[in-house]
Amino acid sequence: MSAVFTPIGEQVKQDLQDTGPPLQDRSFRWVLFGALSVGIITLAALLIFVFLEGYPRLTPTLWQNMPSIRFPEKAGAQSAIMGSIWVIVTTAVICLPVGIMAAIYLEEYADPTKRFNKLIEINIQNLAAVPSIVYGILGLGVIARALALGQTVITAALTLSLLVLPVVIISSREAIRAVPQSIRAGSLALGATQWQTISRQVMPAAVPGIATGAILALSRAIGEAAPLLLLGAVTFITFNPDGLMSSYTVMPIQIYNWISQSREEFQVLAAALCIILLGILLVMNAFAIYLRNRFQRRW
Amino acid sequence: MSTNSSTVAGGTEFSLQRSSPRYGERAIKVLLVACAALSVATTIGIIWALFVPAFQFFQTVPITDFLFGTQWSPLFADPEFGVLPLVSGTLVITGIACLVALPVGLLTAMYLSEYAADKTRRVLKPILEILAGIPTVIFGFFALEFVTQVLLQNIWPNTEVFNALSAGLVMGVMIIPTIASLSEDAMSAVPRGLREGAYALGSSKRQVTLKVVVPAALSGIVAAFVLGVSRAIGETMIVAVAAGLQPNLSLNVFEGMQTMTSFIAAAGSGDQPTGSIGYQTIFAVGALLFVMTLLMNLFSIRMVRKYREVYE
Amino acid sequence: MTTNEDATVGAQFGRAAASEKVDEAVMELRNVHVFYGDYEAVREVNMPIASREITAFIGPSGCGKTTLLRSFNRMNDLIPGARVAGEVLYHGVDIYSSDVDPIEVRRRIGMVFQKPNPFPKSIYDNIAYGPRVLGEKKANLDEIVERSLVRAALWEEVKDKLDTSGMALSGGQQQRLCIARCIAVNPDVILMDEPCASLDPIATAKIEDLMHELAAEYTIVIVTHNMQQAARVSDRTAFFTADVDAKGVRHGRLVEFGPTQDIFMSPKDSRTEGYISGRFG
Repeated sequence: MSAVFTPIGEQVKQDLQDTGPPLQDRSFRWVLFGALSVGIITLAALLIFVFLEGYPRLTPTLWQNMPSIRFPEKAGAQSAIMGSIWVIVTTAVICLPVGIMAAIYLEEYADPTKRFNKLIEINIQNLAAVPSIVYGILGLGVIARALALGQTVITAALTLSLLVLPVVIISSREAIRAVPQSIRAGSLALGATQWQTISRQVMPAAVPGIATGAILALSRAIGEAAPLLLLGAVTFITFNPDGLMSSYTVMPIQIYNWISQSREEFQVLAAALCIILLGILLVMNAFAIYLRNRFQRRW
Repeated sequence: MSTNSSTVAGGTEFSLQRSSPRYGERAIKVLLVACAALSVATTIGIIWALFVPAFQFFQTVPITDFLFGTQWSPLFADPEFGVLPLVSGTLVITGIACLVALPVGLLTAMYLSEYAADKTRRVLKPILEILAGIPTVIFGFFALEFVTQVLLQNIWPNTEVFNALSAGLVMGVMIIPTIASLSEDAMSAVPRGLREGAYALGSSKRQVTLKVVVPAALSGIVAAFVLGVSRAIGETMIVAVAAGLQPNLSLNVFEGMQTMTSFIAAAGSGDQPTGSIGYQTIFAVGALLFVMTLLMNLFSIRMVRKYREVYE
Repeated sequence: MTTNEDATVGAQFGRAAASEKVDEAVMELRNVHVFYGDYEAVREVNMPIASREITAFIGPSGCGKTTLLRSFNRMNDLIPGARVAGEVLYHGVDIYSSDVDPIEVRRRIGMVFQKPNPFPKSIYDNIAYGPRVLGEKKANLDEIVERSLVRAALWEEVKDKLDTSGMALSGGQQQRLCIARCIAVNPDVILMDEPCASLDPIATAKIEDLMHELAAEYTIVIVTHNMQQAARVSDRTAFFTADVDAKGVRHGRLVEFGPTQDIFMSPKDSRTEGYISGRFG
């Protein structure tokens, strides 16, 4: 026997009927979708444009030859590619240990209620947002001139290290914080010292996250041009760096130089070098995403 | 026998004092503190690097002439040091960027936080990350070669080759990821309970998003906006490539304009002798840029703390 | 009391009746108070911990049992603002005195946590970790690992997969792994903070059997929510409750301490009796 419901009337029946979301809600969804596509379409347009423009010059001469102002058809970017490698490797060697150690201090040792630590905290957040050209001024005034390191690979690497240090610190801290407190407690309860706990338990567990952040920080450094404009990278360089005190140029600056030339062939060259730079960044980002997905641990 | 040595029931002696002095443990801590303190040293270095030459500059050029002068030609034989053309160029281009990025970034954040399914989000966020990772010199190239020469000059034939509009539009796209991801963080931090309360009253998703989530996340959204603006003001390569190097106190966005950053880039890439007035102008403009962005960054950090305190 | 009743209640006890007085104490609390900042979480506790016995802490939630337990090996040091007043004596030495090193304390007084927390490493490395940080020679590790796993009644289950991750074990196995890890550094006292709270009844029974065996060599202090468990495994029981003071603030307090059978069969305090018989808690 089925239950008998109290009659509710036609009006309620109609109200409960699903007529789909009202017009306003549907159009709002489309507005959101439209906004989202602005970024995606521009990104696609940029990638396609650069690729079409630069593809004809994406030939071995591009990485086999040195830059030339007179013969665009023979010009290459080998000195810029080698310069970028020199600068980035040096930057990594300087900024990763410093950044990771700073992160360890802030997460594992620092008492966040102390004024000194609060100061460091705000300071790092601010440094992350200081315009990159200001770091160029710092490099020019302090590292190149006051420390007299000149316009060299090491000056560029030190400057870029300071520039990406906040990124390294912030991402390493997140990775360290994600290691559960119970792991630390377990280790300390066995009589391990704090550093033993950090170096043998916390850091190994945090490595994938730190590596992901480090790659993203370095990929920012490799595309950075503004501060290096002040640090001598614009000079016309037709040789590969041979040491830390060598003159240098890097890919983004070489692109900038070629864009500034009036002849159309140089625009094509610039686009071709953009493709190489984007390719390198793509590989780095893909590797970072792979690390994140492969080693991410669910606690 | 010290007070801390004692005898266990079995008869063996034990001590709870440190078995070794653990100097390594302490040395490591000192090293770690030094690394963290380096960030403070960086700030001090920036301030010192900027303000010492800037101070020397202001002994030659009165600060009022600098801030309120309308002519900027510091490297000419007959130099003028009015920074207003650079400031206005910066603000015009930043303004265009904001017109693009604030609405687009906010709406994108609403979509990601409230509408997108998990799967969609997993695809969209890396795309935004890629957008954020494009080197700005490539954005500049795109602005000059595509936006100006393919789009703008075909729509408005009297657009100059270097113009504020294309630089501003592309810069807007550049800061979309900053604004979108920070706003999304703020919206995601809004507790579920608030949303459910509104749904239980029969609100639609649009109403919940606009009337509950956005107001609740407002301080975080404001922080995202301010940080985005700060990034736009400090951006160098797009404007250096696409907006030209002509100081221009004008609101005509089809004309070229020099910004504070592109002046620094241009003047700094030439080899100015240390101590010359040309060298010092770099630092004076840099100091102004630093102060403007610093105020915005600090404001933004404050706003972020505010919502974190409420919801976390 | 009739014989019949005696038999049913008596069956729940797992240990022989302990003597009224503690003859040989490993630890002793004298006038211990634990604070978090200004908040006094535990108030004035005096009690001994008998050697090679199992002492259970029972009482309602929020009565400070875990907080007190964590003060036994200075794990409270890790919580900012936590502070202990009074004396926590270990063989007569106050572990909070200024020249005592908390790391040395924790090497002698081990701890097993509420939620199993194996390290994200192999089973072998989980056990070998403690001896390694204490500087044990590599050559001895294999033997220590085997002996610890055997004593924790886990050896038979894992001997063929020592290089698999400790996190791949079941919850009960993980907890026995944590016990083995604790045994590997050969402590004097083992603190257990609700070790079975996240386990099913079968895994719980295995841990309880294990505790009986370990009591022959180690002094064990266990915090538990489960009264039956306290009755089954412990020699002595301390009953804690939370007092509410004039300002409405709760403070943990030791109500009654004695041989487990006395606490359960003939509690002296009416609050203990109420809790035991399930009238509150």
